[in-house]
Amino acid sequence: MAVLEAPALTGDEEIPVPPGAPARLLRSLLGPQRRRVVLAAVLILVQQAALQSGPLLVAYAIDQGIPALRRHDSGPLVAIIAGYLGCALLSTVLQRAFIRLTGLINQDILLELRTRIFRHAQALGLDFHERYTSGRIISRATSDVDALRELLNEGLQELLSVAISVCYIGVLLLVMDWRLGLLALASVVPMWLLVRMFRRRSARVYRTGRTAVASVIVRFTETMNGIRPVQAFRREEANLAAFTESNQAYTRSNAGGLLEMARYVGSSRATANLWITAVVLVGAYLVTDRSLEIGVLTGFVLYLRRLYDPIDQLAMFLNSYQAAVAALEKISGLLAHEPSVAPPATPRQLPPGTGKGRAVVFERVSFGYRDGTEVLPVFDLTLASGSTTAVVGATGAGKSTLAKLLARFYDPSGGRITLDGVDLRDLATEELRRGVVMVTQESFLFSGTVAENIAIGRPDATRAEIERAAREIGAHDFITALPDGYDTDVRKRGGRISAGQRQLVAFARALLADPAVLILDEATSSLDIPGEQAVQHAMRTVLAGRTAVIIAHRLSTVEIADRVLVMDHGEIVEDGTPAALIAGTGRFATLHSAWRESLV
Amino acid sequence: MRSLLRLRTYAYPIRWYLAGAVLAALLASGAVLVTPLVLGRIVDGPIAHRDTGALWPLIGLLLTLGLAEAGLFGLRRILVARPLSRVEAAMRGDLYAKLQRLPVAFHDRWASGQLLSRATSDMYTLRLFLAFGFIFLIVNSLTFAVGSAVMLVLDWRLGLIVLAPTVPLMLFCTRFEGKYSLAARTAQDQNGDLATVLEESVLGIRILKSFGRHRTMARQFAQRADRLRDTELRKTRLLADLWAVIVLLPELALGSSLAVGAVLVAHDELSTGTLVAFLSTALALRWPVESMGWLLAYSNEAGTATDRLFEVLDAPEPASTHGTAGPATGDGIRFSDVRFRYPDAPDGSPDLLRGVDLHIRRGETMALVGATGSGKTTLTALLPRLYEATAGTITVDGRDVAGLEPAELRSLVAVAFEDPTLFSATVRENVLMGAPDATDAALEKALAVAQADFVADLPDGVDTEVGEQGLSLSGGQRQRLALARAVVGNPPFLVLDDPLSALDVRTEALVEAALREVLADSTALVVAHRPSTVLLADRVAVLADGRILDVGTHPELLARCPEYRALMSGALEGSVA
Ligand SMILES: Nc1ncnc2c1ncn2[C@@H]1O[C@H](COP(=O)(O)OP(=O)(O)OP(=O)(O)O)[C@@H](O)[C@H]1O
Ligand SMILES: Nc1ncnc2c1ncn2[C@@H]1O[C@H](COP(=O)(O)OP(=O)(O)OP(=O)(O)O)[C@@H](O)[C@H]1O
Ligand SMILES: [Mg+2]
Ligand SMILES: [Mg+2]
Repeated sequence: MAVLEAPALTGDEEIPVPPGAPARLLRSLLGPQRRRVVLAAVLILVQQAALQSGPLLVAYAIDQGIPALRRHDSGPLVAIIAGYLGCALLSTVLQRAFIRLTGLINQDILLELRTRIFRHAQALGLDFHERYTSGRIISRATSDVDALRELLNEGLQELLSVAISVCYIGVLLLVMDWRLGLLALASVVPMWLLVRMFRRRSARVYRTGRTAVASVIVRFTETMNGIRPVQAFRREEANLAAFTESNQAYTRSNAGGLLEMARYVGSSRATANLWITAVVLVGAYLVTDRSLEIGVLTGFVLYLRRLYDPIDQLAMFLNSYQAAVAALEKISGLLAHEPSVAPPATPRQLPPGTGKGRAVVFERVSFGYRDGTEVLPVFDLTLASGSTTAVVGATGAGKSTLAKLLARFYDPSGGRITLDGVDLRDLATEELRRGVVMVTQESFLFSGTVAENIAIGRPDATRAEIERAAREIGAHDFITALPDGYDTDVRKRGGRISAGQRQLVAFARALLADPAVLILDEATSSLDIPGEQAVQHAMRTVLAGRTAVIIAHRLSTVEIADRVLVMDHGEIVEDGTPAALIAGTGRFATLHSAWRESLV
Repeated sequence: MRSLLRLRTYAYPIRWYLAGAVLAALLASGAVLVTPLVLGRIVDGPIAHRDTGALWPLIGLLLTLGLAEAGLFGLRRILVARPLSRVEAAMRGDLYAKLQRLPVAFHDRWASGQLLSRATSDMYTLRLFLAFGFIFLIVNSLTFAVGSAVMLVLDWRLGLIVLAPTVPLMLFCTRFEGKYSLAARTAQDQNGDLATVLEESVLGIRILKSFGRHRTMARQFAQRADRLRDTELRKTRLLADLWAVIVLLPELALGSSLAVGAVLVAHDELSTGTLVAFLSTALALRWPVESMGWLLAYSNEAGTATDRLFEVLDAPEPASTHGTAGPATGDGIRFSDVRFRYPDAPDGSPDLLRGVDLHIRRGETMALVGATGSGKTTLTALLPRLYEATAGTITVDGRDVAGLEPAELRSLVAVAFEDPTLFSATVRENVLMGAPDATDAALEKALAVAQADFVADLPDGVDTEVGEQGLSLSGGQRQRLALARAVVGNPPFLVLDDPLSALDVRTEALVEAALREVLADSTALVVAHRPSTVLLADRVAVLADGRILDVGTHPELLARCPEYRALMSGALEGSVA
């Protein structure tokens, strides 16, 4: 039997990154931009040529233009000046085009990456989200993406101009004098060693940095989301201490990055200057030996300095590169994580509906959230189409778990669940979600208007349909009493309305979706009794033509059910019509009479 | 950009490091400028004369300069690395601390992503600015000033020509600044929006999965990301234009000065040497001028980031106390003519609570009953001052809550919220939130009161992590932990907001039996929707129309209060309306 193979991600553990994944990710992002990148390279190549010709033209003006002018021939000077201005203009135009083009490349890459992370986060299963926490996902999609943005903004331009000028000058030096040229180019070896050392050391720093920033974000979001308990339980100081710890770990790693960079820049600059001195020294002896012209040495030394000019740029690039690699590692780890509840390879459709709901069959199903602990031992269960089944039982018995399996929030560890004969795992995602809708125990609202929140049930619904759904379960009155009626912003998590009102909105949402199978998990627990009764009254009509599963502790709900399941420790211990069970002497009968007594 | 000045409070403690870094950068530039002179000397002197003896001292000097330059390069960064991260940590820490202090009403108004982006992306922008932008702004301006002076001294006519574009450039920069700031601000705000959507989509993942709305949400996200992309592109275009102007104008001026210089030289009004020196200086100033483009961009982004930071840091914090609390008397909880409206309620709408009078005697348990949305939760939130009453007074044991420090007040009043918000921490940490130094025995007792025996079956017992928002527990389990959290330190005042709604009848009865013992010693306000919960209480208050309609025991109210009857049995529904 297949056991759920979710790697444990508790605490600060990270998901493993498959080898080569960051590079693959970067390639897959850059791939579609290949042509633009080439175009950008060409632009910067020509631009550099135009730019570098400036000093040359100045020299010409002095060597040729002025003597000509002395001969009253202004032609050469005019030509040179025109050339100078032309080059300036050309390099400006090209530079402007280059900046705009790279901007486009970068933004498209970032857009793609952001949406990819978002889609993947949405596709991942609940088991994953329960362990990974929202803060870390946010950190992947914001802070880690920012690191890549920095690389793209700085990187492309820097890398291209560094590469171009190094090649250009390298060739020039070899042509001028191959012995000195080779000596000069030999500096590549120590430079490369320094780069390697820098990369190795800063990789470590930045990797801890990514983890640290994620922990900063996790703490931050959790505090802000729970600000009421935080303040009510006076957690401010303890929180601040914990936050400060993460915060300092993060900034320490930033400082570490800056220090590594300082070391790298300092030592590579020292190497460069050492090399220049060495070349001058050797050159001087060569000149003394008369095997080298003074003029060549002069030119050589001037260009040599320019060879090392891009060191700083290279450092900046390497720095952003290292940060981006660390970020890409995290992102690619997330993207490489396979959803545990995967969409089917060959999706199947449901048979055409009969207008009477759909039959649900649990066949030898068993389930556990964590390896080893079974929440639902093997069981069989058939829910006839169009039936209304109430599920009752002690808290923690596994009622919500059963419902969540039916809604395919999780896949069973063993056995299968079918909807009109089709295994949920084979069902096309849209079919499944159209067919089965669950009102979860936690009524979560998104920030946005009431209407938008209800419309999550069916995004193309008209206002009239939204209002009808609200009316059916008695939410219309309170909604119209809100300052802007259906257009009132309910704010984050629906904080603008009361708990009972949130439940009503969540309920209306499910009605609007009009599913064949409707699961209600404690959907009325926070309502007042008149409100609950109104909902129950409505349910008689609303549930017609659907298969319904109702989980409730208030047994009044049970009365509208055709069948009651009593759960205990993950097992269905009683099963029958409400009347039969109440008449009997089982658990439900006891529960029911206790509940009866609790009323008034 | 003026907003950047506000950063001075943070920059002040590290001013010497910053000054050191600027100095190091200046010295390094000096070394860079002197090196060519030494090289020239070597070529003109020892090498030209093939005098290897004289070569060595100069080579020594060259090496020294080179190493000094390298050292200064490193030093500049080393000096600021740690101090700057301290500044960043301080800013983020201040933001976090401030947010924790700001009242719940503030948090109601602000989207979470907007707060988060201030703590992360904006701080990042500020750090970059302080580490690079700020230093180069000073160094490059100084270099530019010195270079300009040198040029003017060399030849004032040519100097004026080269410097002529400065004025139009400045005008252009000012215009650019306005537009760029606007775009930068928009981008930062959009970044915050993006974070908000992201956070909600993850926290609401169950809903999105249940309704198969991941596509809709992804589309929404993509739309916003696309908007951010557009803004970023607008910024890029602005920057490209600025860059073009900043590069082109000086180049044109340089070209003109080259032409004029050449003519002057041809007429012997200027020496060739001076012209060469002039032009090399002008070319050397290219980088400081060009760099102004991105420095300006950096500064503007840092400026708007600072604005965003201070929008939160400047948010008014209500005074922690109003008036004095007075001495403790043992009077229990008393609401006198309490009125309340949410700060954002539309003008002209009636207050939500319009004169609540309620007295809960010491040691008494009062149930609060009212229709959905009648304001029960709101009323309970006033007691620990999560919101401040608009008018009227609330006293605990005769002491005005407005006169008590929130920390003190909240150590007296413990709350079980209707949403059992748990944190991703262990069971123990979640329960002991309210009483950090409580013993294990107290923990056990609180768990026993809440009938949270399931904890023993969790993989690590009380040290099991409950997941974000406690979502790896069942609904009833979460609620019981929230209840345990409220009762753990035996607080004198207890607020329980619908504490048993997620419990089955049997567990509810067990919890009630255990709770009664706790409630015997404390003064409690229990929001209730069901008769079974009401039975916990000695007396019941009915909240309707923003007032306490009636107070009495359950049987009394059933007998005399039709609204209460309707709420408890629903039987009179219709006849009441
Ligand atoms: N996401 C999860 N990860 C691990 N364990 C879980 C998770 N959700 C629930 N459990 C455990 O599975 C068991 C059954 O939980 P379930 O939510 O199905 O209970 P329930 O019958 O709905 O209870 P309630 O009436 O309190 O909502 C509980 O012991 C709970 O701790
Ligand atoms: N933060 C807020 N800002 C503005 N209005 C609010 C806010 N919170 C609640 N309200 C409004 O105030 C009224 C009372 O809300 P409250 O949460 O106090 O109700 P309640 O009596 O606790 O209801 P329930 O039984 O559903 O929990 C509601 O109509 C709600 O729309
Ligand atoms: Mg449940
Ligand atoms: Mg409430």
